[in-house]
Amino acid sequence: MTHLPFVAASYALGIGLPVALGIIAALRLGRARRMLAAVDPRLSLDEDRP
Amino acid sequence: MDAQALPARQTRNLHRFANPGRFLRLGRAVQPWLTWPAIALLGGGLLWGLLLSPADWQQGDSVRIMYVHVPSAWLASAGYAALALCGFASLVWRHPLADLAAVEIGPVGASFTALCLATGSLWGKPMWGAWWVWDARLTSVLVLFFLYLGHIALVRAFDDPVRGARAGAVLALAGAVNLPVIKFSVDWWNTLHQPSSITLTAAPGMHKDMLMPLLACALGASLAFGAIVLARLRAAVMERRLRGLLMAQVQRA
Repeated sequence: MTHLPFVAASYALGIGLPVALGIIAALRLGRARRMLAAVDPRLSLDEDRP
Repeated sequence: MDAQALPARQTRNLHRFANPGRFLRLGRAVQPWLTWPAIALLGGGLLWGLLLSPADWQQGDSVRIMYVHVPSAWLASAGYAALALCGFASLVWRHPLADLAAVEIGPVGASFTALCLATGSLWGKPMWGAWWVWDARLTSVLVLFFLYLGHIALVRAFDDPVRGARAGAVLALAGAVNLPVIKFSVDWWNTLHQPSSITLTAAPGMHKDMLMPLLACALGASLAFGAIVLARLRAAVMERRLRGLLMAQVQRA
C-alpha cells in the first residue's frame, strides 16, 4: 500500500486551509476598510496615524 | 473581582487597546510581522518535511503527515486556551476587545481542529488500518471540535451581541476542562494514539532531522493562526465602528 496519496492529501489540506482562511480574512478586512472610508473617511485614516 | 478592585494602572493598561484607533494602528503595524514569517516558516517547513527529512523506519513516508498534523493539534488546543482567556477577560474585566477576539478565534480554532482530525484520519488509515477509532485522544479532540462549534453558534445566537459574548465566555471557560484531558489522555488511558514525543521536561524522542522541520512548521502555523485572527479582529473592529456610525446616522435622520 502506497502512503503517498495520504501524504499528498494531508499537505493539500495543510496548505489549503490556512491560505483559504487568510484570503477570506484579507477580503473581509479590505471590504470593511472600504465601507468605513465611504461612511467616514476620517475614521478610516485612524490606521495610518503615527 | 471587578475592575475597581484592580490597581488603577493595571486597569488602564488592560483597557489601553480597547481604544479602536489605537488597536487598529497597532494591528496594522504587527500584521506584516506575523504574515510574512508565517508564510516563510510554514512553506519552508512543509517543503523541508516533504523533501529533505528522512522517512521513518516503521511508518515510511506516512511520518510526513506529522508536519501538518502535530502543529494543527497544538494550535487546536492553544486556540481554545486563547478562547478561554478571552472569556475570562470578558467576564472579569468586561474588556470589549476580548469579546470580539473570542468571536474571531472560534472559527479559526475550529478549522485547525478539523485539520488535525482530518490529517489524523489520513495517517490512521495506512498505519492502523482504520480512518477512526474511539480512542481517548481522538475522542477528546472531537469533543474540542464540538466545543468550538458550540461556541461559534452560541455567540451568534442572541440578538444582543453582549449577551451572546457572555454566554460564549461561560462555555469557553467550562470547556477548558477538556484541555488537560486532551493533553494527558495518552497517559491516563491505554490509547492507540502514541504518547507525546516532545515534552518540556525531557529530551525530544525524535531525530533532529525530523524535529527541526516540525518546529519550523509549528512556529509558522502559530504565526499564521495569529495573522489570520489579527486580520479578522481588525475587520471586526472596523465593522463595529461602521455599525455605530450607521446607527448614529439613522438616529439623526
